[in-house]
Amino acid sequence: MASDGVNLSVRKGEIHCLLGENGAGKTTLMRILYGLYQPDEGEIVLNGNPVHISSPRAALSYHIGMVHQHFRLVPTLSVAENVVLGLDEGTGPFLNYRQTGKKISQIADKYGLVVDPQAKVWQLTVGQQQRVEILKALYREADILIMDEPTSVLTPQEVDQLFSTLRTLVDDGLTIIFITHKLDEVMEISDRVTILRKGKAIATVNTADTNKPQLAELMVGREVVFRLEKNEVNRGEGLLVVDDLHALNDRGLPALRGTSFDLHEGEILGVAGVSGNGQRELAEVLTGLRHASRGHVTLAGEDVTNRSAREIADASVAYVPMERKKMGTVPNMTIRENLILKSYRQRPFSHGMFLDNNAAEENARRAMSEYQIMAPSIDTAVKVLSGGNIQRVVLARELSGDPRLIIAAHPTYGLDVGATEQVRQILLAQRDRGAGVLLISEDLEEVMSMSDRIMVLFGGEVMGIVDAGGAEIEEIGLMMAGERKEEVESASTEVA
Amino acid sequence: MQAPKWLSIERRPIPSGRTIFTVSILGIVAALIVMAIFFAAYGVSPARAYGAILHGALGNWHGFSETLRRMIPLLLIGVGLTIAFRALFWNIGAEGQLLAGAIAAAGIALFSGLPDPLLLPVMFIAAFAGGAAWGLIPALLKVKLGINDVITTLMMNYIAIYLMEWLIHGPWKGPTARGFAYTDTFARAAWLPTIYGTRIHWPTLVLGLLLALVMYMLVSRTRSGFEIRVVGENPDAARFAGISQFKTTLLVMLIAGGFAGLAGVGEVAGIHHRLLGPLNISMGYGYTAIIVAWLARRNPLAVIITSFLFAIIISGGDVIKVSLGLPFQLINVFNGLILFFLIGSEAFIRYKVSFSFRRQ
Repeated sequence: MASDGVNLSVRKGEIHCLLGENGAGKTTLMRILYGLYQPDEGEIVLNGNPVHISSPRAALSYHIGMVHQHFRLVPTLSVAENVVLGLDEGTGPFLNYRQTGKKISQIADKYGLVVDPQAKVWQLTVGQQQRVEILKALYREADILIMDEPTSVLTPQEVDQLFSTLRTLVDDGLTIIFITHKLDEVMEISDRVTILRKGKAIATVNTADTNKPQLAELMVGREVVFRLEKNEVNRGEGLLVVDDLHALNDRGLPALRGTSFDLHEGEILGVAGVSGNGQRELAEVLTGLRHASRGHVTLAGEDVTNRSAREIADASVAYVPMERKKMGTVPNMTIRENLILKSYRQRPFSHGMFLDNNAAEENARRAMSEYQIMAPSIDTAVKVLSGGNIQRVVLARELSGDPRLIIAAHPTYGLDVGATEQVRQILLAQRDRGAGVLLISEDLEEVMSMSDRIMVLFGGEVMGIVDAGGAEIEEIGLMMAGERKEEVESASTEVA
Repeated sequence: MQAPKWLSIERRPIPSGRTIFTVSILGIVAALIVMAIFFAAYGVSPARAYGAILHGALGNWHGFSETLRRMIPLLLIGVGLTIAFRALFWNIGAEGQLLAGAIAAAGIALFSGLPDPLLLPVMFIAAFAGGAAWGLIPALLKVKLGINDVITTLMMNYIAIYLMEWLIHGPWKGPTARGFAYTDTFARAAWLPTIYGTRIHWPTLVLGLLLALVMYMLVSRTRSGFEIRVVGENPDAARFAGISQFKTTLLVMLIAGGFAGLAGVGEVAGIHHRLLGPLNISMGYGYTAIIVAWLARRNPLAVIITSFLFAIIISGGDVIKVSLGLPFQLINVFNGLILFFLIGSEAFIRYKVSFSFRRQ
């Protein structure tokens, strides 16, 4: 359930932030308001009247506009064409470009949304494309503008520009709902903020009456963290040393900016952080899927920086990727084939150029019973399995051969309770065996209960590493919001 | 948009072999029905037209032998294309690869001066190399520069066509050809043996059947086949598993282009015994083979059956021209219809569509 009995009330003419971690239900809630999803229960009241928003077109008729996180633009069309796309301008089949261009320029000038109406969208920067999305909504006379994580793709300068536009819009009487998981932005731009956690609205507060620590606490929750039964940590030799690592993300922007840490055998190092702060890039650089532009990765004393994915896998590194269907498996192929995806070149699975189907079959039978993979047969295509069973296939494959280092990214994301428990126990058993585990997760509870030490990433930098035993959730929440460990500690000393 | 109540569309998680087979047959039947309209428009009863095609293509030894010799290039190219399509390399350029193979083989036959026993083997090797080279250029352009494979393979066809035209009008024009645009006839040693009284150059047919089997083994039993399938099914997982997209793409185009080249040597050494106009040599085998490979659902063994089916259709083209007086091009309409319905039927393989006309 992504939205569970949420109450949200937004006042006219305010900037209202929706704050929550990934998966807290922010986007789902907004998609309901925009008519993309239908609520199972509850109602939407607009200006005092209950309304039924059955589609984005209906949302537009209520003057609700949305700027999606991933833009909905046609790259080969011009700005003006994108803006009027889908509108019935009453001019028959032809568009009056001069008139629409003029109207667009008027709106653009008024709100500082500088963009050439005749430019093709593919020529624009990401920031300019976002302006086109806002123009689209304003051209349709939106009074309420929903912005879904609008800053996640912007440079700091573009963020400043966006914020000044938003302020102009609000001065003009528009209402803005701003979805984010960044505390700084909430403090800077919003009038009020509603905090969502696990599909529920936890609280709505005036921004002026709150502060970042309080918001962080509301966002990550204060419930007693469930402690897993686990053995005392038995830290062994140093295994992985990451030193001043730099890497770019897919958009070519810096994602890792001098990340440094170390990991020992027999321990779980949890990586906490709001998503998009370099976790993905870190996992990919460590597994040879992404190029590091600077810095070093040393595995058991050997420099493995920028080795290929195959070389790193051969160096006894296992990877449980976050997208188990997109990257972890080949969904159209069978369990048997997926289980040898990384070892098919080695004995016993291949002899010379030929594959040994019997060896693969035996391997699959063993894995299915050992990892309790529920499937009709070993020749069932992976795509029909449940998420939990797919993850079992991935784990069975990655953990075969007792890897020295395991990088697990969101290993329980989207799994049911039983599968989650099993995956956690498997990872703990690997740790007890002596493997080093790097556990990347957005589920703070998971990180806190599984890890021996916790590292917090923010903006591609390590904010601090704390022992899980003495970790305070407030401290971690603040580091997730971009405060360094030293700052957090000095602040708490002052209070004391 | 909501579907009406009498219609329900369900996703089939894994279509069974039977579903795929039934839907494919229904697609062909649908094409036959639409084709019947064209026959009727020409004033020929569809029943009579289909009867004539079947009789002409299968009903007598001569017709059957012509069908088999049409099958040879379709089989060779179709088998190669299943491999390329497995890796999701959209090779539309088999026509050009066939011609490149024919040119290479003709060059050896005419100008190499090799001793007789070596002539044919070297022609086969040259044809494979020629076709493979024609296929590897788009492969390299795709993996190194990210250029769309559909466009480059298609464009390479025209380069091959005009190269061939130039050769037969220019430097390779035969002194004994009395002004016609073709080369001299090959020496006897460069002719492929045929089954007596037919134009079936059987060594090429045997080679095609053998390669279908070998490719089936390659796909299902070897490391390379595994890599080809992973790259085609999920390139991200391939990267993750350390499978080289570069090597895999080159391999599949070496196979697909090379096999098309072999079809080229079969046509010049088995049928024409000289290099002549591109249209005389191929008449679109390279394009028809795309449908052959697709109907076989990218299974090399199934290509044996589908290439035979399409050979019947091509032979049928001769029949409707000769005995019904209809234009040969109608066959291209028919091929187009079959491809259209096959691709359209994909939706019915992936989704189960059911109707209910009961009152709600």
